[in-house]
Amino acid sequence: MKLVTAIIKPFKLDEVREALSGIGVQGITVTEVKGFGRQKGHTELYRGAEYVVDFLPKVKIEAAVAADLVERVIEAIEAGARTGKIGDGKIFVYDLEQVVRIRTGETGTEAL
Amino acid sequence: MKKFLASLALGFSLLAAAPAFSADAPAAAAAAPAATEAKADAAPAAAAPAAAGAPAAAAAAPAEAAPVLVPNKGDTAWMMVSTILVILMVVPGLALFYGGLVRSKNMLSVLMQVMVTFSLITVLWFIYGYSLAFTEGNAYFGGLDRLFMKGIWDNAAGTFANAATFSKGVVIPELTFAGFQATFAGITCALIVGAFAERIKFSAVLMFMVLWFTFSYLPIAHMVWFWMGPDAYSAKEVVDEMNSKAGLIWQWGALDFAGGTVVHINAAVAGLVGAFMVGKRVGYGREAMAPHSLTLTMVGASLLWVGWFGFNAGSALEANGFAALAFANTLLATAAAVLSWCVGEALMRGKASMLGAASGAVAGLVAITPAAGNVGIGGGLIIGLIAGFACLWGVNGLKKMLGADDTLDVFGVHGVGGIVGALLTGVFSSPSLGGPSAMGDWVTATMITSADFSIASQVWIQAKAIMVTIVWSGVVSLVSFKLVDLTIGLRVTEEEEREGLDISSHGETAYHG
Repeated sequence: MKLVTAIIKPFKLDEVREALSGIGVQGITVTEVKGFGRQKGHTELYRGAEYVVDFLPKVKIEAAVAADLVERVIEAIEAGARTGKIGDGKIFVYDLEQVVRIRTGETGTEAL
Repeated sequence: MKKFLASLALGFSLLAAAPAFSADAPAAAAAAPAATEAKADAAPAAAAPAAAGAPAAAAAAPAEAAPVLVPNKGDTAWMMVSTILVILMVVPGLALFYGGLVRSKNMLSVLMQVMVTFSLITVLWFIYGYSLAFTEGNAYFGGLDRLFMKGIWDNAAGTFANAATFSKGVVIPELTFAGFQATFAGITCALIVGAFAERIKFSAVLMFMVLWFTFSYLPIAHMVWFWMGPDAYSAKEVVDEMNSKAGLIWQWGALDFAGGTVVHINAAVAGLVGAFMVGKRVGYGREAMAPHSLTLTMVGASLLWVGWFGFNAGSALEANGFAALAFANTLLATAAAVLSWCVGEALMRGKASMLGAASGAVAGLVAITPAAGNVGIGGGLIIGLIAGFACLWGVNGLKKMLGADDTLDVFGVHGVGGIVGALLTGVFSSPSLGGPSAMGDWVTATMITSADFSIASQVWIQAKAIMVTIVWSGVVSLVSFKLVDLTIGLRVTEEEEREGLDISSHGETAYHG
């Protein structure tokens, strides 16, 4: 089992969600985050005080999937999230040791 | 121990004046005496300050019983509304304007400092402030005739004392005048807190305010605004005597319609001194200290603009042509300043900002304050345009030059705007530039003619008034802050400052989550 984490541009969330459910991913967790890579921030001016704001709003998606689904998940996220401009984001894949469905107590791939 | 002694000293000084709620005959020397002894003067020749309504009578001989002056209902109603408008300017106007500009962890502390300062000053006003500002005393301070407002109304007889306006034979209840002026004292003191926001101790604010109100606001208000009223100028023979009873700066002939010196320059200097003496915020210049809610700042600025109509037009003391002029100038000058600040900012940095527009509005309002009923509409427009640019410089170039952490730009806006407005009042009050001129003779109520009006001398008088205000307020502020620092201390600790004054000083959070 793998945990696929992706940082994407916020307005791409709907497209990614649709792409994922299209390949059978049952559920995802979404968090609002801030960050930067190569995309520059912006400058804010308040009277005489100038602030350079590096952090940009992003969205983090996490999906726990079976190992054999990972390649298609990565493709789906890429397709949904890509704009071709700097700041599109990154995908990280972690090894997932255990998964439990709280309601039923199922574990492992049945809980995915 | 120091804190205890300081509180004790404060308490005793407040109790020092023996309460005198006497229901006896009103004190003879009221601020602008216009009670039953008022003489009805001959109606003045067609003069700008509409003394219409003054009963046409022959010059009264001293022995003749003169008609009792009764407050004009329209004027009184207008003054009550104006008072309410000025209160609105402070709570929540100024409170939100300032509050939105600080970080969210300090929002409540700013709201508190504004609201509690206003309340404290209002109470002190009704105890001794009104008396020391608006009764007869010397050229610098009034007297104690209206201590605890004694004599302002007679509950046994059911009569209320009257206060003069600027027209002969026209009065408003003195209580109404006193209430109106109370809000001025309150807002002036509340203005100052912006300069040292986010790091000052709450008790230090209050202690400072008592001292500064007593020794700077009251005398300057008395010097600039106190006079014997138009009805006291009954004949040529009494003019010199009546003039000598007025405040020092009034005697010089300075024009300050609603408080460019008394309110804005006075408070601005106190703020600047405070910013220096309290010191910079921890992390100033390195850490981000962006405003947490420019939305609320805009709401506050809008309430300030709306309320300012009461502040300026109410300073006419009547619902007459001069109030209408002040009203129009308050509308036009402010709008002009919004535009000029936006233009200036767009030229300087490519974008006009909401904070800039809101600040421009306040700058225009400040600058038109001394000028409102003293300049024509064209003059008002120009004053507004200039104020927008001048104060934009005040919060940028000047601020860097001064090097203090004047957190909310009290000096940049109120100081620069007040000085510019007060000086330009001397220029645009000239009849040759569309202004109404200045009073030349209170006996006949005639204005200085266009030929006799000297812009240069009026501007010089304005400059003197400005300089006295700056020096007086500066010295009093210096001493007051020093006293507070030596007794209870000015600043919170660094940990408290980092945590935020809302939690450390008031045990509350403005926003959760």
